[in-house]
Amino acid sequence: MAIDWATVEHVARLARLALTDEERERFVGQLGRILEYCARLDAISIEGVPATSHVLPIVNVLREDLPAPCLSRDEVLAAAPAHEQGFFKVPRVLEAE
Amino acid sequence: MERSEPMDPTGAGGGTREVVIGIEIHVQLLTASKMFCGCPTEFGAPPNTLVCPVCLGLPGSLPVLNRRAVELGLRTAVALGCRVHSRSRFHRKNYYYPDLAKNYQISQYQYAGHPPLATGGVLEIQVGGRPWRVAIRRVHLEEDTARLVHPAGTGGAASSLVDYNRSGVPLMEIVTEPDLRSPGEAREFLNALRRLLQFAEVSSCRMEEGTLRCDANLSLQPPGGPPGVRTEVKNMNSVRAVERALAFEAVRQHEVLARGEVVVQETRHWDERRGVTFASRSKEEAEDYRYFPEPDLVPLDVDGAWVAAIREALPELPAARRDRLIATFGLAAYDADLITATPAMAKFFEETVTLGPHPKVVANWLSGAVAAYLNEHGVEIDQIALTPARLSALLLLVDEGTVSGRTAKDVLVEMIAHDQEPEAVVEARGLQQISDEATLRVVVDKVIADHPGPAAEIRAGKVRALPFLVGQVMRATGGRANPEAANRLLKERLS
Ligand SMILES: [Zn+2]
Repeated sequence: MAIDWATVEHVARLARLALTDEERERFVGQLGRILEYCARLDAISIEGVPATSHVLPIVNVLREDLPAPCLSRDEVLAAAPAHEQGFFKVPRVLEAE
Repeated sequence: MERSEPMDPTGAGGGTREVVIGIEIHVQLLTASKMFCGCPTEFGAPPNTLVCPVCLGLPGSLPVLNRRAVELGLRTAVALGCRVHSRSRFHRKNYYYPDLAKNYQISQYQYAGHPPLATGGVLEIQVGGRPWRVAIRRVHLEEDTARLVHPAGTGGAASSLVDYNRSGVPLMEIVTEPDLRSPGEAREFLNALRRLLQFAEVSSCRMEEGTLRCDANLSLQPPGGPPGVRTEVKNMNSVRAVERALAFEAVRQHEVLARGEVVVQETRHWDERRGVTFASRSKEEAEDYRYFPEPDLVPLDVDGAWVAAIREALPELPAARRDRLIATFGLAAYDADLITATPAMAKFFEETVTLGPHPKVVANWLSGAVAAYLNEHGVEIDQIALTPARLSALLLLVDEGTVSGRTAKDVLVEMIAHDQEPEAVVEARGLQQISDEATLRVVVDKVIADHPGPAAEIRAGKVRALPFLVGQVMRATGGRANPEAANRLLKERLS
């Protein structure tokens, strides 16, 4: 299964990655080879095999609704590249307009 | 309170196309902790103090589902008559935006034989006095996102600020079929759904606090024709805003069609101040959420026994509560509707009645003076300094003749404003009813002297003027005269 330039560009945009032409070219080849490898599974007959997202025979792992201690804010913000007045500070985003 | 009249969308020309509306709501579930971690859900804490590795999306952390959130989702499904699916799963909705540290939201998505928690319910509303059944498409669970703050600065600040306290708070999404036919019906639906969820103790459903959020889609359909192109309307912060936004959108689409243009499928934002919707660019250029099953959460299986237990423990829903109040206390339908408008009001009524006052008197006060106060101040009964004990004490003062019914209304307002017992208000402001005959006789004599015309009429046997003179006595005493005593003394003096 081949992957094209446009698909790589689309995926890169969704992941907010700015790729150089050289990188894009490289990923077209690499991702294509990965998908080709996966496509070998298409040869296997899966008739009667249900779609499986979890292989462990476990369901309903639940916790009781009890509040637990949180991290201290100093610990939380220690990992932030930037913060201000207790908030994480990120490049400006706007939802509308 | 001002009321918006839904505009007639056909008034804009464009024929007799029918308005078709579907609603999508998100409510915050009444849990103590978040959906997948133990962080508290309390509102208003300092930013980033209610967070842990799970809701911050730190590597190596693992989510564990909150049992209570599942139970509240199931309770909703049962209350709406939905089919609860024996197995549902959680999925990752991938997108790149700082309101989710993980870059995905854990939600329940429907595809490839993976149903959400529940599907196919119904909520009955009243439209023009008739029942109208609105089909519910789905009910599912998901997590809330972080709160973003965009500091205003000259030319716009270069940064946004993020508070992850809300990230991971349990949400439930409810989606209707496009069964609503006017902005007014959308309002009725939202009010009915909010009431149901409040009585079921699933969510506080306060739109102004964001525990209920509503998006709506609207299209215009020609009679017998194919469905029209729909737009999605967002950013409405009250039920009234939903109604106004949809009325605007219906007229706008009609005008677009009347001009011979086509409606563009898009998301539009409601601008409350300007009273318009405007097109907004989606935060994703391509809506490609790349859903896939959440590998860190195992499937959720719900069997018949679990659903039966939920049904068994379901709190009394609004319709049942209303019917019971009518049957038990002989309330009028109007009063019963008003008293079951919120669980807090219904609880207040029943608690007051157990303290002794006559149920119909309590109902009159709640649907009259108390409701007027709440409307005027835009508050709920559990947000003011009135308790069942205080209202009951006030009604006792009226019953004993210590204060007149008219004065009692003023006492009520004072009690609420100053957080006081009714006796204290009456005492402090000298509002005791005047029943003392010697005192009243002085007032009565003065009223007769001041109004010789009506007095002469009554002496001549025309008693029609009597209420006028009683009114004057009330006025002269600031409403404190015992009206019956005033009436009797006037008759006595003028016979
Ligand atoms: Zn947490």
